[in-house]
Amino acid sequence: MKKPYFISDYVSIWKNTLSLNGETLFNCSQETSFKDFSKSLYKHIDMNYPKFYKMDNLSKLALLATEALFKNKNFNPEEENIALTLSNKSGSLDTDLKHQDSIADETNFFPSPAVFVYTLANICLGEISIKYKLQTENAFFVSESFQPDFITVYAEQLLQTGKAKKVLCGWVEYTDDNYEAFIYLVDEEGTLEHRSETLKKLYLE
Amino acid sequence: MENLKHELKTKIIEALNLEDIAIEDISDDDPLFGDGLGLDSIDALELIVLMDKDYGIKLTDPKEGKTIFQSINTMAAYITEHRSK
Repeated sequence: MKKPYFISDYVSIWKNTLSLNGETLFNCSQETSFKDFSKSLYKHIDMNYPKFYKMDNLSKLALLATEALFKNKNFNPEEENIALTLSNKSGSLDTDLKHQDSIADETNFFPSPAVFVYTLANICLGEISIKYKLQTENAFFVSESFQPDFITVYAEQLLQTGKAKKVLCGWVEYTDDNYEAFIYLVDEEGTLEHRSETLKKLYLE
Repeated sequence: MENLKHELKTKIIEALNLEDIAIEDISDDDPLFGDGLGLDSIDALELIVLMDKDYGIKLTDPKEGKTIFQSINTMAAYITEHRSK
């Protein structure tokens, strides 16, 4: 019989709001840019990780959601063999465009190394791995929309084959100051069944 | 020279996104790497770009950077002597 898995916790970030397991944890009441919102949220969740400020927007978004989720868990992520499986629609386009801007003028050609290193979508997985000292399986997928059917199968494959003990999955999308993160932890314990239908419902919450 | 040191601190904070650090927090002889400001290898590349973009100084030998980027004092002295902008 197939072993059941659960969604132990889930975090959403969009429209200046962060919610954990369906409850709003932080909200910027006034309209604000992602730059200001992310800075306020970083302080609110008491992150204390100065490297955060050097990251691109996609990595900031992924890391804030992960931090909020891990802070709610009574474990040391480093010891839990947590695989990472994130996905989005636009890859690293936000940073790619910044890099392109810096090399567009042949007479004023100064690409920034600090921007260039973020011109791959899976760098945000690297940032999460560095922050929590994870040396685990990771994959980043690009698709038109969130694909719970595919991600569910992929995550359970990692768990069933013993490649991971838990899997942090989700959707992190950032383009043109529009952002959306939905991150959840798949585990052997929890109350929400790890099923595609459950994820579709939580994602739309 | 004092104006240049102040300008350098401002530019470094901005270019390297040192959000938690103010100009007053950087002493002229503080090490920029290691125990000082804690800059990393990508920051070193950003400083090389900054030297080229703002002062017209092209650093081609990475060993040179180690001496030049020791502190605000060493950067300011090198820029004063070699700047073309």
